[in-house]
Amino acid sequence: MQFFMEVLIGGLLSGVMYALVALGFVLIYKASGVFNFAQGAMVYLAALSVVGCMEKGAPLWLAIILAFAIMTLFGIATEKFVLRKLVNQPPIALFMATIGLAFFIEGLAPMVFGSAPRALDLGIVDEPIPAILDAWGIVISKFDLVAAGVAALLVTTLALFFQYTRIGRALRAVADDHQAALSIGIPLQHIWAIVWGIAGFVALVAGLMWGARNGVQFALTFTALKALPVLIIGGFTSVPGAIVGGLLIGASEKLAEIYLPPVMQSLFGGNFGGIEGWFPYVLALFFLLVRPEGLFGEKHIDRV
Amino acid sequence: MIYREAGQFKTSYAADQQLFPIRQDRIGILILLAVVFLAIPGIASEYWFSAILIPFLIFSLAALGLNILTGYAGQLSLGSAAFMAVGAYAAYNFQLRIDGIPILISFGFAGLTAAGVGILFGLPSLWIKGFYLAVATLAAQFFIVWCLTKFPWFSNYSSSGVISAQKVVILGHEFASPREKYLLVLSIVAVMALAAKNMVRSSTGRAWMAVRDMDVAAAVIGIRLMPTKLLAFAVSSFYCGVAGALYAFCYLGSVEPDGFSLDMSFRILFMIIIGGVGSILGSFLGAAFILLLPIFLDITLPWAAGLLGLPFSNATVSHIQILLFGTLIMFFLIVEPHGLARLWQIGKEKLRLWPFPH
Amino acid sequence: MSKKIGDVILDLQNISLRFGGVKALTDISFDVREHEIRAIIGPNGAGKSSMLNVINGVYHPQEGVIVFRGQERKRMEPHHAATQGIARTFQNIALFKGMSVLDNIMTGRITRMKANFLEHALWLGRARREELEHRKKVEEIIDFLEIQHIRRTPVGRLPYGLQKRVELGRALAAEPSMLLLDEPMAGMNVEEKQDMCRFILDVNDQFGATIVLIEHDMGVVMDISDRVVVLDYGKKIGDGLPDEVKNNEDVITAYLGASH
Ligand SMILES: Nc1ncnc2c1ncn2[C@@H]1O[C@H](COP(=O)(O)OP(=O)(O)O)[C@@H](O)[C@H]1O
Ligand SMILES: [Mg+2]
Repeated sequence: MQFFMEVLIGGLLSGVMYALVALGFVLIYKASGVFNFAQGAMVYLAALSVVGCMEKGAPLWLAIILAFAIMTLFGIATEKFVLRKLVNQPPIALFMATIGLAFFIEGLAPMVFGSAPRALDLGIVDEPIPAILDAWGIVISKFDLVAAGVAALLVTTLALFFQYTRIGRALRAVADDHQAALSIGIPLQHIWAIVWGIAGFVALVAGLMWGARNGVQFALTFTALKALPVLIIGGFTSVPGAIVGGLLIGASEKLAEIYLPPVMQSLFGGNFGGIEGWFPYVLALFFLLVRPEGLFGEKHIDRV
Repeated sequence: MIYREAGQFKTSYAADQQLFPIRQDRIGILILLAVVFLAIPGIASEYWFSAILIPFLIFSLAALGLNILTGYAGQLSLGSAAFMAVGAYAAYNFQLRIDGIPILISFGFAGLTAAGVGILFGLPSLWIKGFYLAVATLAAQFFIVWCLTKFPWFSNYSSSGVISAQKVVILGHEFASPREKYLLVLSIVAVMALAAKNMVRSSTGRAWMAVRDMDVAAAVIGIRLMPTKLLAFAVSSFYCGVAGALYAFCYLGSVEPDGFSLDMSFRILFMIIIGGVGSILGSFLGAAFILLLPIFLDITLPWAAGLLGLPFSNATVSHIQILLFGTLIMFFLIVEPHGLARLWQIGKEKLRLWPFPH
Repeated sequence: MSKKIGDVILDLQNISLRFGGVKALTDISFDVREHEIRAIIGPNGAGKSSMLNVINGVYHPQEGVIVFRGQERKRMEPHHAATQGIARTFQNIALFKGMSVLDNIMTGRITRMKANFLEHALWLGRARREELEHRKKVEEIIDFLEIQHIRRTPVGRLPYGLQKRVELGRALAAEPSMLLLDEPMAGMNVEEKQDMCRFILDVNDQFGATIVLIEHDMGVVMDISDRVVVLDYGKKIGDGLPDEVKNNEDVITAYLGASH
């Protein structure tokens, strides 16, 4: 039971990380209807920028600021040079363009900042919290807990931003209705640039957390890909959905990884590790059959 | 009178519906067939067959498969490589487990097996569209490769799922040399390309395109969405499956599941984006482009770096390659969404008017 | 009008349709007789398009019954409607943008084509024969609509008015017994409208198709329709001959109200 709790909590905490990536997707999708496949690559770029700048001698805080600047510029450039040119194309073309964007980043970032895997030290140690270990005998990493705290803080900040600032309100209006947003008096293109900037910021936070936890390396983009099934489960337009979906995926894939292989082994013989690699996707697939609009998405009937 | 349709009046709809209505195109195709079937086998070297021509044909076939699904039926897939894997492993097992089964039958069954798996993973397309579906096909990509690696039966209990393809013997003759394998692959690809062309120019293809362009209107016209989409998944996976079987039997000889990676699926997707979404010709042009670009870079980049005195590593080549792929995808989507095939079309149009540009 | 109007072939009974909280249609009943031109009018958002969508199964009403040619059902799928001879055009043109005019109209005949994909792939006898036969029929429609010159053009490149005409062609290609037209003349100039009116009347006359028509131009409606239904906020507020409807109090207030 203790072991089960440990796996579950570990899974939930890594689910927080998925949620962080998924959040970036949701923001862009809500505001511009673009499904940004490159969000994972942006996480990689952000983490690489931080370690890259630190290698050149910048202290952590400066590296983070520089990385933020890079992400913002990058987001604005993407909006200006790619997405704006594709406004009237079908969504699928935009989606494919963001796949191109992901490759662009994955080629460029290591050329600039180097491709060797590196550690990112945020000064938070990845060790069990003694109090919890003593009280319940469960191993919970301090780092994971901090990550969860950061995620909560980020979501709260974003929620406040959307609720109480003029730009935030404009962003929400855009999500509902492009025409209405225009009447607020902020050009649509500025709004999109801002959204890409924010998505870059979210990617930076996710990149810091992921990078510190697993090292900054190319494999990050694969982990980030798991935000896609998270979105299917949570619904593409829902921030709470991204969080709940992330937790669900994180917990279930860890449980599956621990508890399924022995069962399969007794059935078929052989070694069945690596279930984590596909479990979220197949789970999402089954989810689609039951609730195609996601947990928090709205049912939609095409208008004709 | 170089490339004109002037004077070639069509007196019946039958004449108008020919595969190549313009006489010069028909002559062109005949010349092309003569070149690829007769001239190339005479002059190309072993290297050309096994490193360029055979993979080119096989990837063209896979791209054609994806183009049927994505280009014609509008259903995005990121799992083409996995369906190739299904084809490769199915062909291997049919050869292994059914005594004396002809290899071409195995290839056909491999295609059918892939088609079955394709239908299974295509089922979500009945509820969902676009990028939702893309995520569902990612499930196919990861799950299939994992299954092939982990269930030892598929690879006849070899280590880590590696299989070595059996000999290719047809009517007692073994296709051993690269030249013979090239001719075999070429014949299969030519026949399947013709079949694909026939499908897309008839009501099967029109149903696919209708679903792609506006599914509600398609349904209102009487097109049943479910069978139409699933047929696209089945035919597409069939093509990818046969391509996978050829990949194992006529190209690499021995393959492992991890070789059919997500990266390969992306490459096939890039082939159709650059070659031309919704174009048979485009599948071939795109495959050629995506296969030749890395070779071109491998040759020119070290040379260019040397010339400029820049530091240079192999990692850089692969990064530049990835960067270029990404840039080209965005470039084509923005500037010429119909890809190289459209450029070819425009070129022909110009030629038709030449030398009077009106 | 001299044409023979027949019995009721479509009877809608107590139809209600909701989208989440929005009541698009509330308890609507009316019928359509064979060979007539039945107009549906009403301000924007009244539920006219939704009504057509209910008739051919695009939307599924929560309540109510549809009786078509004596067959009663609660739920219908679009392709069933098509096979039973109901065709339609859309308010916002729903052509297949990537295909030529010819191919678009050819798709209209898809329910009549029997060859399967294998026959197509091999281009066997029946597949080939069908293509030719149906091509002939489609060319007749192209002639009828006077769009010979654009048959090879991708529809996305055509001006609005011609697109509307092609869409009508695609619907006609199915040789429907009932034709649902959603604002076929919206956004057209006078000349284009006249052409379209002529086509609609010809279709009704020559082919005997029953027509359900949504139109905003009251002149047109009064001219060509046999009976008119008036909707407002999802409710039926009038039903009858054009002259009756024109003088109906509720209708007048609805229209005056809407124009403010
Ligand atoms: N697919 C849909 N999803 C949600 N609401 C819809 C949909 N289709 C129509 N509606 C709503 O139903 C009402 C009637 O719309 P509609 O039938 O298009 O009216 P009309 O054609 O008379 O202008 C409107 O309030 C519209 O917003
Ligand atoms: Mg309407």
